[in-house]
Amino acid sequence: MSEPLIRVQGLSIGWDQHVLINEATFDVARGDVFVILGESGCGKSTLLRSLIGLEPPLGGSIDIQGIGSPRLEGAAPEYGVMFQSGALFSSMTVGENVGFALQEWTSLPTEAVSAIVKAKLALVGLEGTGDKLPAELSGGMKKRAAIARAMAFEPSLIFLDEPSAGLDPVSAAELDELILALNRGLGLTVVMVTHELESILKVGTTCIMLDKDSKTIVASGDPRQLKAESTNQKVRQFFNREARVR
Amino acid sequence: MLENTSWRAASEVFGDRISLVAGLVPEFSWRSSDIADGVRVDLGGQITIDQAPALWKRVSVLLEQAAGKQRVQIDNDGVDVIDGACMALLVHLRNELKARKVHCEFTGGSPAVRRIVELYGGRRRPRVRRVRRAKNAVEQVGQATVNVFDEVVSILDFLGELVVSAWALLTHPKRMNWRDVALTMERAGADATPIVLLINLLIGFVMAYQSALQLEQFGANIYVADLVGVSMTRELGPLMTAIILCGRTGAAFAAELGTMKVSEEVDALRTLGLLPMPHLVMPRVLGMMLVAPLLTFLAGGVGILGGLLVGNTMLDITPKAYWIETLSAVKPWDIWSGALKSVVFAGAIALIACQQGLATSGGAEGVGRRTTSAVVSILFTLILLDAVFTVVFGVLGL
Repeated sequence: MSEPLIRVQGLSIGWDQHVLINEATFDVARGDVFVILGESGCGKSTLLRSLIGLEPPLGGSIDIQGIGSPRLEGAAPEYGVMFQSGALFSSMTVGENVGFALQEWTSLPTEAVSAIVKAKLALVGLEGTGDKLPAELSGGMKKRAAIARAMAFEPSLIFLDEPSAGLDPVSAAELDELILALNRGLGLTVVMVTHELESILKVGTTCIMLDKDSKTIVASGDPRQLKAESTNQKVRQFFNREARVR
Repeated sequence: MLENTSWRAASEVFGDRISLVAGLVPEFSWRSSDIADGVRVDLGGQITIDQAPALWKRVSVLLEQAAGKQRVQIDNDGVDVIDGACMALLVHLRNELKARKVHCEFTGGSPAVRRIVELYGGRRRPRVRRVRRAKNAVEQVGQATVNVFDEVVSILDFLGELVVSAWALLTHPKRMNWRDVALTMERAGADATPIVLLINLLIGFVMAYQSALQLEQFGANIYVADLVGVSMTRELGPLMTAIILCGRTGAAFAAELGTMKVSEEVDALRTLGLLPMPHLVMPRVLGMMLVAPLLTFLAGGVGILGGLLVGNTMLDITPKAYWIETLSAVKPWDIWSGALKSVVFAGAIALIACQQGLATSGGAEGVGRRTTSAVVSILFTLILLDAVFTVVFGVLGL
């Protein structure tokens, strides 16, 4: 078995004395669509922010192959990130957003950057929107544009925070198709946080499920297999959309 | 004991329509009776939001009556209709009784009424509430002290990062976001010019008018030019310009960066490998510091013009005489000291606004809170800095 792209060992996350996840250990294989799932408030997004390098962990280690610990500033981006809201820079056009990192970190002339931006926007199905401001885009389009921005520097790893949250079913399905296309077509490793069941089962190859009560990973593996075979009550509740007994 | 049956009797005779026309609200019935080990309440009629105040009174009385009893039974057999608000009050009664170790249960009722009971948790075990204890004065003072300490640490962090970034930019000037320097100069400078001109013209006008009333008594009209000239170039020009920049640009910086922070744009910037300091903060600071002295020169100029208007129209001082007197009073250092002050003021405005903006958390409310905090902190700092300048210049004899 090849070396994992991301190796997480004994990772604890949270803030001050409040621990969200205690000593989580898992690997992300190259080429996977790795899904972090769990109920609201269990620490999915905080775990993602730790993997990205935005939240320092309370303990443990994260090792990204070829990078080491996640680092953000002072160098060209080595992985792409799409935030839940898209987080496009509102003062820039969509095209400027996508080309921003290229302009900052390369000596490419403006025309070359424009050509790359056009290609990236076409890749995510947003041809002709380069001159628009983010405020002029719908929620789904903003997320696509954010994926284009995350892809601008040709990363082999991309992090997605709740990609289909707040989208209508058609837009959500289209976004799932896009994630699959990027994963299969470009060999992109995707780490995503979501609790959209359809997305998880459609695009996820591996998943971990976090539990708010035990502050641990309660299940890991192929999401379809977990849905069919898991005997863990919380896993079954999640995949079968069962309400908690009050 | 049977109470509140008047409407029920009336409605049997006249029906709902008559009672509504008469301005009567349909009433419910509440009949309480003692049972072996507690109290039984038989509810009846239409218990809707209109009856909530009356129901609440009954609930409060029953809570007192049930003290020392073992159980309370609320029977809904006579209830025609009950809405969610009234059911919530009854469930509150049940939870309060349970908290006082009095068993309480709902019995009877039509299927519709039982569904409402179920929906509002009338049959669920009440959760044990964590009572949040109010903080006493010592705890509040302690918490406030910790908050101040945290804020000071946050400001020191910010300043430390600023120094590191400034040093890095000296060695790698290309890392600076120069585009935003020009943008800031346009927004804080060119766009603010009309308001700076208008306010400082009026300040010069008012100052000349007020002083003229006094100086006229001594035949010293001409000294209006000295007073206005020195004040506007040395003191009021830089200060008023800084106050305008604070309200106009400082608040905008804090709100803009605060919004970027809460909408994860700052995080997105960092994931692109770019630091907020050289990309968001330094361009704003530099842009403000470059444009503030220019605005201050304009402010001094129009302030003197405002004084000239008063001198010429009210005191019969010719423009030429006013101008000669101004030139004799205003020394080059007065102008340069005003410019120096304005640079320091502008730096303080931009730094405080950016620091507050980047410290924002908690959504729209957080943006508002930090923007207010930025403006208040800036105004205080401006007055403090002005006092320091006055003392230092005074001691140095400048």
